[in-house]
Amino acid sequence: MKRREFVRSLGVVPALLAGAATSGRAAAEKTGEASSQTAESACACRGTGDLGLVIERATGSVLIVEHTKGSILARIEGLGDLSHASAVFSRDERYAFVFGRDGGLTKIDLLTAEVKKRIIQSGNAIGGAISDDGKLIAVSNYKPGGVRVFDAETLKPVADIPATYRGGRSKVVGLVDAPGRRFLFALYDAGEIWMADFSGKAPEVVRIGPAGRYPYDGLIAQGGRIYIAGLFGEDGMALVDLWQEPLQVKRILKDYGKGEKKLPVYKMPHLEGWTEAAGHFFFPAVGRHEVLVMDGRSFKLVDKIPVHSQPVFVMARPDGRHVWVNFAHPDNDTVQIIDVVKRKVIHTFKPGRAVLHMEFTPRGERVWLSVRDANRIDIHDAHTFTKVGELPARAPSGIFFTVRAHKIGL
Amino acid sequence: MLLALAALPAAAVAMAEGTLSPQRQKALVHLVRQDCGSCHGMTLKGGLGKPLLPENLADRDAETLAEIILDGIPDTPMPPWRSQLTQEEALWIARRLKEGFPHETP
Repeated sequence: MKRREFVRSLGVVPALLAGAATSGRAAAEKTGEASSQTAESACACRGTGDLGLVIERATGSVLIVEHTKGSILARIEGLGDLSHASAVFSRDERYAFVFGRDGGLTKIDLLTAEVKKRIIQSGNAIGGAISDDGKLIAVSNYKPGGVRVFDAETLKPVADIPATYRGGRSKVVGLVDAPGRRFLFALYDAGEIWMADFSGKAPEVVRIGPAGRYPYDGLIAQGGRIYIAGLFGEDGMALVDLWQEPLQVKRILKDYGKGEKKLPVYKMPHLEGWTEAAGHFFFPAVGRHEVLVMDGRSFKLVDKIPVHSQPVFVMARPDGRHVWVNFAHPDNDTVQIIDVVKRKVIHTFKPGRAVLHMEFTPRGERVWLSVRDANRIDIHDAHTFTKVGELPARAPSGIFFTVRAHKIGL
Repeated sequence: MLLALAALPAAAVAMAEGTLSPQRQKALVHLVRQDCGSCHGMTLKGGLGKPLLPENLADRDAETLAEIILDGIPDTPMPPWRSQLTQEEALWIARRLKEGFPHETP
């Protein structure tokens, strides 16, 4: 069994938790079996809708957290290289599937804080997705480039989709689930968008078309109707409307930024968290100190909002009223909040060095920020912006709440 | 300037490296592992960017690597780090990469 540590949910004020977590861990290590029994009995009868995972990227561990009181429930170790790790959840919100950089795919039971299953499915991976029926886990791989699909129950292989182009294999990015047991993804080196369709007896791979140079990420929006890939190598973005037959790639925002010189990009932006707010998409510009605003119907650029530095995540609060933005190295100590009606930055603050990710509670009254270099998770009131608590974590990066289980594309 | 530096005798380069304070060296290790790591992987086995392990860099000398660090590679996501690193620091990183990059100490 994987080594695990358990910290009892004490329901204490978060400021006290630093000490509680440390002593809890030490106690768990000393008492061994006894504490793991406590873990199971303490967790056996609770819901999972307020649970989540925090990736501790440098130590190959994850924290199981709950956001009702704001506490750490357990730490699970031995998950390998978790730089750029992400997670998806089973539809019952009991299991998390963690995608590691080293090709590791780990299924975690959030209730018992145990590793149910762990495989190394490739040499180098960049995230994954779960199918709409919850039965398939797809992983996008850099090495060997392609997508591998596994049974969510057993993690046994279901399909291997090499991303071959001109004889080579392309790295795959922007893998998302789409309605109808499908996955969409972009080929970084090949500059194409593909779809893997698992609705029939045998999986079908569709090369939808050329996307443009170096797609770096993709997302699904408008309830699963459109897929958009961001491009690093040229201006504009690639869009697939899944309601149109036959499927094709359209280029949008082609003229944006023409002739302007881009700044060096020290961290690739992410498209996850893009939300249509007030009929508009808010998303990070590449190589510019701007958040872009695009009309959700015409896909035309309607505004550019000047921000602190180059945005990485541009995440809308679940009600869409505000958008929270973090930034690339070396300006990643800052967070800004944009009012989507005024389309202006209304608040700026500095939580500490290397704010890597932000996650809202399901209805958006709180937001959790990972502050990597401070070894801390900060919890803020998402309406007043005030910090209301903090939790200790080792070099935290991604924060993933189980609410994602019921969202298309997450 | 780079060529001139490359032509310096080994002792002079060693001396130049010696001027980096332990704190700065620690900061550089953190930068490479964490921030370069966002593309090259924290273990430097590669990601969107190429792997940076000694065996991957064997056919390039440290001076060339330092130049890539400072100037980036046009038309790829590798950015120039000149605004954040001195030539001495880039060379220090390049040499450490070639011999096996140090791990972060807590």
